[in-house]
Formats: sequence, C-alpha cells, structure tokens
Amino acid sequence: MGEVLFQNNVEQSLPFEGFSGKPEELIPLLQSFQKTYGYITEENVRQIAHFLKVSESHIYGVASFYSQFHFKKPGDNTIRVCLGTACHVQGGEYLSQEIQKTLGLAPGETTPDRRFDLHEVACLGCCALAAVVEINGKIYSKMTPDKLRDVLKEHE
Amino acid sequence: MNSFKDLRDAAFSRWEALVNGDIPVIYLGAATCGRAAGALDILQTIQAFLEERHIQARIVQVGCIGPCYLEPLMDVALPGRPRVSYANVTPEKARKILASTLVEGDLLPKMARGHFGDDAFTIQAGIPRFFDLPMLKPQVRVILRNCGLIDPEEIDHYLAKDGYLGFMKVLSMTPEQVIAELKDSRLRGRGGAGFLTYKKWEICRAASGDPRYLKGDSKFIICNADEGDPGAFMNRALIESDPHAVLEGMLIGGYAIGARRGFIYVRAEYPLAVIRLKKAIQQMYAYGLLGENIQGSVFDFDIAIQEGAGAFVCGEETALIASLEGQRGMPRPRPPYPADNGLYGRPTLINNTETFGTIPHIMRNGGEWFQQFGTPENTGTKTFSLVGKVRHTGLIEVPLGMTLRKIIYEIGGGTKKPFKAVQTGGPLGGCLSADQLDVPINYESMRANGSIMGSGGLIVMDEDTCMVGMARYFIGFAQRESCGNCTPCRVGTRILMDTLDKIVSGSGEPEDLEILLRAADTMNKTALCGLGQAASNPVTSSLRYFRSEYEAHISEKFCRPAECKDLFEYHILAERCSGCGLCLEVCNTGAIQGIWKEVHTLDVSKCSKCRSCVGVCARNAITGFPLPSFSLPGILDGASL
Repeated sequence: MGEVLFQNNVEQSLPFEGFSGKPEELIPLLQSFQKTYGYITEENVRQIAHFLKVSESHIYGVASFYSQFHFKKPGDNTIRVCLGTACHVQGGEYLSQEIQKTLGLAPGETTPDRRFDLHEVACLGCCALAAVVEINGKIYSKMTPDKLRDVLKEHE
Repeated sequence: MNSFKDLRDAAFSRWEALVNGDIPVIYLGAATCGRAAGALDILQTIQAFLEERHIQARIVQVGCIGPCYLEPLMDVALPGRPRVSYANVTPEKARKILASTLVEGDLLPKMARGHFGDDAFTIQAGIPRFFDLPMLKPQVRVILRNCGLIDPEEIDHYLAKDGYLGFMKVLSMTPEQVIAELKDSRLRGRGGAGFLTYKKWEICRAASGDPRYLKGDSKFIICNADEGDPGAFMNRALIESDPHAVLEGMLIGGYAIGARRGFIYVRAEYPLAVIRLKKAIQQMYAYGLLGENIQGSVFDFDIAIQEGAGAFVCGEETALIASLEGQRGMPRPRPPYPADNGLYGRPTLINNTETFGTIPHIMRNGGEWFQQFGTPENTGTKTFSLVGKVRHTGLIEVPLGMTLRKIIYEIGGGTKKPFKAVQTGGPLGGCLSADQLDVPINYESMRANGSIMGSGGLIVMDEDTCMVGMARYFIGFAQRESCGNCTPCRVGTRILMDTLDKIVSGSGEPEDLEILLRAADTMNKTALCGLGQAASNPVTSSLRYFRSEYEAHISEKFCRPAECKDLFEYHILAERCSGCGLCLEVCNTGAIQGIWKEVHTLDVSKCSKCRSCVGVCARNAITGFPLPSFSLPGILDGASL
C-alpha cells in the first residue's frame, strides 16, 4: 500500500494569472479556479463570464458537461473509487458499496458533517494493481472490502 | 545556442558518468503504478539509509519498466557491475538489500529478480537476465525501449539514448520525404481504428489551410493523450516514463505537415504525466528544440499542454477539438475530417500518443526497419495493458500478429482459476472466449471476431466474472459517458441498460435477448460517432460467445459466477471448510458463525454478499448457490456443480 504524492503545482496567485481572456481558455480557467478554491462558485462563474466576455449560461453549459467540475463545496476528505474495467473485474463495485454503507452516502455526495465525499471515477490508470481507491490523492492498491474498512478507520 | 552535436556529446558524458561511474546507482520505478505500490516509501527508506550509513550513491527515479505485478521495483548497480533488480520491495526488504549490496557487496542472488548485464554475468552472479523473465522474453521493445531505464525528467538521458536523432535526420529531409518514409513503415494509427498514419499526414500536408492566417499558423498538430478507456494505461506509462519520445514525434509531425503549433491533450486523472510533460517541454526550449529557428533551421514549433476535464467522449477527435476550443466536448459528423477542417476550422493532424511515440524510431531507423516487426499488413509493435485475472499484470509490447494465447499464457503467466474471456479494445470493444485464443492480434482479425484492437487494453477474466454483469458494466459506462447529442446513442444505451438490469435482477424474459440485439444493431448503424456506434459491442460479442450465460440468468435465475446479487446466495460447503476462522474475522455483518476447527455456517438472511469471506477462503469453501425459490432439483446438493 503506498502513497502518491504529487508536487503541489497550484500557484497561490490569482486564478486569472497567465490568461489573456480568449474564449478558448474557458476550460483551463475553470480548472485554475477549481484548483484554487476546490470548487466553482456562482461568483466565480460571474467573474469568468466578465473576463472572457461570454454568457454565464455558456459557462454552466460547458462546466456541467465535464465530470471534473464541482459546484458544491467538497468535504475534508475526498474518496475516489476507481470503477475502471480492471477494478470492476477485481471487485471495485464492492469497494464502493462498502464505503456507501460505512459512511452512509451515495456517490457524488458529501457526508452531513462534511468530513467525506465520495466519487466513482472511470479509471485512475493503476489497472495492474486493481482494485484501487484514492483518498486525498493517496492511492491504495489491491484493495478488498475488508482492507478498506481499516483504511477508512484511519481517516475517521 | 549549442549545436545538437555538442548537446549530444555532453549528454553522453553525463550518462557515461552515471552508468560507468565509481559510485553505486539505485534505480527506483516511480511512475504512478510504482507509487501506488509504495515506491515513495521506498524512496524515503533509501534516502534515510544512505544518510545513516554515510554512503555515497545516486538515486535515479525511473518510469515504468512493465511488469507492474513486481512493483515496487528497486535496482542496485554497483560500480563495474550491471543493474540488479529486486521486486516487491518493502521498506524492510529495501534496508536489507541496501545493507548487503552497498556495504558487503553481496548481490543476494536469491532475492534478485534479474540483472541488466550480459550472459557472462548470469553465470558469474547466478542471477537471470531481467529481460529473460517469462513475462519479458517474448516481448519486443521499440516504443518502450527507454521506459524504466532512463530518468524521464532528464533530457540528457533521452539524448544519450539517441533521442532527437530522428528529428535531426528529418530536418535534413523535405516534408515529402518524411511522409514517404512513414509510408514505407506502413504504420497504422495506434488509437485503434488502424488508419494508415501516412495518409493522414499526406492529407494534412496537402491541405492549403486558411489563407487568412499567417502562413505558419494555419495548421495544427494534436497529440491525443486523453486515454479514457478504463483498464488501459499505455499512454500514461509512456508519457510518465519517456515523455520526450512523444514530443519528438509531435515535432516531426509539425515539420512534415507544416504546422507551427502543437497541443497535447492529457487526461486530468494523470497529474504525474502532466508534470513530466511540462518539465520535458521546458527542457526542449532550453535546448533549442522548441521555439523559433529550431537547431538553426527555418522550422518554428511550440507545444502547449491542455488538461482534459473528465469526459470519455473527448477521446473522439472532433469532440477533443471542441474541448480544446473551450466548448462542450460533443462530436460532430465527419466529413469534414479534422485533417481538412479541425481546430478553429484549420487543417489539424490528430494522432494517438503511441503513434507519436513510434515516429522517432521510424525516422531514426527507416521505414523498412519498422517492417521487420509484425506482419506485412500490420507492421510494427503495439503496447498493451495486460490486466485483470492474469498472474503477471503490467504494460507489455509485442509485435502485431502474436496470438492472444501467447500473450495471456506466456507473457501473462495464465490465470489462477480457469480462463473465461478477454476483453480487447476497451469499453467499446468486445469479449473473446477461449475458442478465439489462437487468433493473432491485428486490426482485421479482431474486427472479424466481433471485437476491435482499440487502444490496447487487455482485460482477462476468469470463471468468477459474470459476462452479463460485464456487459452491463460497459453499457453503464457508455450511458454515463454518452454526450446525449444523437438519439440512437442516448436512447439506445438506455434500452440496453434497462434490459440488462432486468436480466441481472432475475426478471429477464427470453425475448429480451432479441431486444438487446435489435437495439445494438440500430445504434451500430445510426449513431453519430464512434462511441455510439461501438457502445453495444460488449453486448453483441458476449451474446455471441456466452449466450448460455444470459440464458442461465433468464431461465434458471442463476448467476453461476456469483456476481449478480439477486441471483444467488452464499453457502459454506461443509466438506471443504477447515474451520480456520478467517471468514469469521472479515465478516462484518455477523452472518458467519462457527468454532475454531469446526465447520462454519453462513446465515443467508444476514449476508450482504460483500465477497470479503470469499476472498480470504483458501479452500474455496464459500460458493454461490441458486436462490431456493428458483432452485432446480439437484443443484443444492452440488450435483450439477
């Protein structure tokens, strides 16, 4: 079981920095806001609309198309269960069900105490070490419902 | 600016100093898969060990060498001796290996997995060659030749391995000669469709572009690294382990079609790949391999990275272009093809990451050289991610035309439980059964057998995998990822999903199979893009080879692999149970009861079917049985098992 720590490439500057205001910068700009604030607020959308000179509805249209963007404040701990094909074959769905049962939340939701949120993702690219669960950027490989219970306890 | 020769010479001497120097070198596989297996803990252990013992050694973080089941891999190269690789290293094991090798000079032949030296060393040290391991021996490494051997964040390592030689050769050729060389190689697009790569390049070269734009900026190059197929990670591994190979391929493409700018569209789920690409691009600018007047020529080129935002359909080229333009990633009908009318309406060359990764080798060695691998119509090698229920999982590269049997049994080491099926081509591909194992892998044979080559995911399934559940999984994926633009895909995936839901919940009827096939056929003939046309492949291929399993779900209401929760219940087979108590320990619903050394029992009403107990039982005593209400005589007493 290991840890995936990526360098923190979030610049602690304004999310607009490095952008020139062309409409095709919308997706990188949304990514920049989400990296800075953790999610996209209504205020952010207004700011981006003003900056790029496009309508707010256009921004919602684009942002809601991509599964990466969130409009709700995330919980303290983000759990992502991989449901890629290799993980499916190795029982990824059982992992998701285990988390749903233990924490009492459905995929895409945040627990009422804002401690956890759960996402089911298509593939984290660690297929040879399936099934995997990622918690706060740390990948837990070759998971079983049984091992997962211990991992969840660590985060409680 | 230094000349290319100076850069290359300097890179050579730095590489020589590393591999033939007088201090030991420790190599650590630290791509995402290595990290997930714990490579970063090992890195800390190595650093702490060297500091405690005051030992001088270089640590090189390399990419993925392929056999992921051996991760984390740590290699030690003592001065004057080849690299020796140790597998499945834990921090404790790492300390032991380092103490023996670095302090005592003992290479621990029993623990060593393989070395990278010559045959003489095999006899001398009693360690096999790493590339002679059963998983690696049948492979041919062209695209992956540097993966796991060099530091992907060091452009000098790439240069020392003949990197950018292909591009320098191209600079002395005309674009037409470059395309002719590519034509000679008969390389086909590695994204899965198998279109001859040179044709795309030729069309792009010939396209006049929009005269309103400056001459240089009228065409674009896009590298498709939006590897969305769940179960496939070849592009991630290649970018994380050898990013310059892909970038060199783009550079050559830019020169050949006359583009001034390139984009590389990477999945957002691959943060390490993005970091490595950013570093590699910076290094290219510093070495005068990007920017204006590259290496003193008149050729200008820039490469920008765009991160995807989590949409599978963006792997489709027209959807990818829409996404790059800041739109919703929805495909549009083709023609016009992007080669005529692509990004911002200008001619655009889109190739897969692996295609670009292959180009430098073709240019350096010539198109004819490439033909020696594979078969006449399917030249070259192809990378696959071999995952699922095989013993040796990982990233492999084989010449096209190798049989699935050789890949699964020789390279993959076979399955623990009896083999059932292999899914090729990702979620839009198909399942092949044991009868198709002798089919050679190439674009045509895969299609003829109801699957596709796709980008190269091979997911192996054993008898514990339910094929109906598998089809339902893929349709669920296609349904979630359908952009909703065209009706056949939007409604078709819904019909397939509802019907499969009905079957796996036990209310399936015989005519449902006909409904599945009709919906699949309509989607295949009428959907707008590749996703919708191929989304039904998993259903049609599994119906073709595993129809009896569908029928068992419908008529017997039984899922023999014990996956569809409504169609079985677990029981403990008394004659197999040894009373070891492992299942009791992992059961968190209190369904399992029993005393040490005595046969345990399972209370069906409390069982949540989480499969934890099945996973720990060494004697396969916990087995799925048909539900009593549906059971047919003779099944419960095990007669038909």
